[in-house]
Amino acid sequence: MTEKFYEDAIIIRQEEIATNIYSMWLHTEQIARLAKPGQFVTLYCRDGSRLLPRPISICEVDRGDCSIRLVYRIAGAGTAEFSRYHTGEQLRVMGPLGNGYPKKSRKALLLGGGIGIPPLLQLVKELNCEKQIVLGFRDECFLVEEFEACGKVYIATEDGSRGTKGNVLDVVTEKGLDAEIIYACGPMPMLRAVKQFAVQHGIQTWISLEERMACGVGACLGCVCKSTKKDAHTHVKNKRICTEGPVFRAREVDI
Amino acid sequence: MNMGVNLAGISLKNPILTASGTFGSGEEYAQLMDLNKLGGVITKGVANVPWEGNPTPRIAEVYGGMLNAIGLQNPGIDVFVERDIPFLAKYDTRIVVNVCGRSESDYVEVAERLADQPVDLLEINISCPNVKEGGIAYGQNPHAAAEITKAIKAVAKQPVIMKLSPNVTDIAEMARAVEAAGADAVSLINTITGMKIDVRKRRFALANRTGGLSGPAIHPIAVRMVYEAAQAVRIPIVGLGGVMCAEDALELILAGATAVSVGTANFTNPRITEEITDGIREYMLEEGVEDIRELIGAVR
Ligand SMILES: Cc1cc2nc3c(=O)[nH]c(=O)nc-3n(C[C@H](O)[C@H](O)[C@H](O)COP(=O)(O)OP(=O)(O)OC[C@H]3O[C@@H](n4cnc5c(N)ncnc54)[C@H](O)[C@@H]3O)c2cc1C
Ligand SMILES: Cc1cc2nc3c(=O)[nH]c(=O)nc-3n(C[C@H](O)[C@H](O)[C@H](O)COP(=O)(O)O)c2cc1C
Ligand code: FES
Repeated sequence: MTEKFYEDAIIIRQEEIATNIYSMWLHTEQIARLAKPGQFVTLYCRDGSRLLPRPISICEVDRGDCSIRLVYRIAGAGTAEFSRYHTGEQLRVMGPLGNGYPKKSRKALLLGGGIGIPPLLQLVKELNCEKQIVLGFRDECFLVEEFEACGKVYIATEDGSRGTKGNVLDVVTEKGLDAEIIYACGPMPMLRAVKQFAVQHGIQTWISLEERMACGVGACLGCVCKSTKKDAHTHVKNKRICTEGPVFRAREVDI
Repeated sequence: MNMGVNLAGISLKNPILTASGTFGSGEEYAQLMDLNKLGGVITKGVANVPWEGNPTPRIAEVYGGMLNAIGLQNPGIDVFVERDIPFLAKYDTRIVVNVCGRSESDYVEVAERLADQPVDLLEINISCPNVKEGGIAYGQNPHAAAEITKAIKAVAKQPVIMKLSPNVTDIAEMARAVEAAGADAVSLINTITGMKIDVRKRRFALANRTGGLSGPAIHPIAVRMVYEAAQAVRIPIVGLGGVMCAEDALELILAGATAVSVGTANFTNPRITEEITDGIREYMLEEGVEDIRELIGAVR
């Protein structure tokens, strides 16, 4: 089992990088040292009426500075609470959690949709190969410059305000992009379409899934997804997204 | 100062246990806290064969609580005996195995399999609100609860704790029924059936529609029910429901609980059990309590 820590992190800085999308750098004792792309942390609310920790992906890691970056969207009361925190304040964090993306030296296609984009940033920074990055947004874009520093970036917006009008797969078709490996994170309809595309083209594909979590560490069995084969831990066709995931080989999971 | 208690003939170094289903078999938490500091670990419910559990979403947070509808997913007793028990046996803590089933013979089979295992106590879940058969069908009817208690007692080699449901009109009647049938202890409360609706999507928050409510929202109900059960039976009581701090645990002890399980709070803070044990010790020092057993059922 991967090593994980429960600690008080300190907020180095926080800013709103797009409407209701926040970027937060946290100083951690241990988590930054161990964090891998595609892993996540859970954040604990101070408000005692909110008992469950919020899972948020690791967007960037600065191991030298012992810090991690999280990029999150205000989705409800918990994330709204975090957005009100200031530099210097403490925040309880557990992590790093989950498995993360495997890093292969093959021509890669990275597909990120909306708030699924952040975890791909650390991955693209660590991948040592030809990289094509497709980012899909509803309208407003974020993190684009950071990705552009790491490879060729294509953009899709639903309203056509920037790049291709449509979704990430529309870009792949329009530009005729090909790859030996796909890494994807985004909303479920996008991941289903990516899986279908990957199966059609016989491309090895890794997708990151989301589910409601309680413990975040594999104890409660709240966060499972359906797997195609019997899982080695659960002994049924269920995999724990927080532990065996959140990143899965697309063909291992039934989505 | 003594913090040890005796639960149905088994000595616990302190009264704090982990509640079934919130702590796996301890392995997932072992990196985050010290299992040796627990009075015992109550494992996730295990059946005679693997169960897939319910569809997702299985979890929904509510104000001061949470709903779950895991549906008793478990790997079955064979894997449990090979993997989970040897893991727990490495620690200096009591092992309480929580058992679930769809029929009397399922429960009996698991109890038989555990007879020669290094397990200290069995906790029988007859109160899960999230599965259709078995479980709560036994937990809401005193005759059915008594029958299943007898059947398990006939084969069990460890003391048997019957875990009762709060989804009943008269908890004292249920406690009396299982005591008369030979139960060595009772634990209460399991979760209370609830429902949450997502108003934007106009859908149930849980795929199972209903789920079990746990966390601080149910704590006063647990205190009341532990008190009522304590007035009705002589067998020891494991109290649980929404314990978040030492004071909550002390309330249950004063109401009549010999030991206290901590569930949902592990999600809020993986080190909460140790903090609760420390808090009880501090309380005893402050209040000049020499032996924790003086506190059990001290409020009448
Ligand atoms: C592995 C993983 C990684 C994630 N990474 C990111 C990220 O990098 N950036 C980001 O903005 N969001 C991310 N999310 C989604 C994020 O966890 C939710 O948006 C957040 O929990 C919402 O909390 P809230 O209190 O603001 O919303 P509320 O709706 O009030 O939350 C109520 C409950 O539902 C849970 N919940 C609500 N939405 C989700 C969701 N989509 N997934 C899981 N649980 C949810 C909450 O954790 C909480 O328990 C991730 C989710 C998972 C599972
Ligand atoms: C996610 C989850 C899973 C649970 N699984 C079980 C179980 O398998 N068997 C059981 O007897 N109780 C189970 N319970 C009930 C708890 O053991 C406990 O009775 C209840 O949650 C109340 O305590 P709490 O408020 O401290 O969590 C579960 C509770 C939760 C939250
Ligand atoms: S959140 Fe508890 S098992 Fe994944």
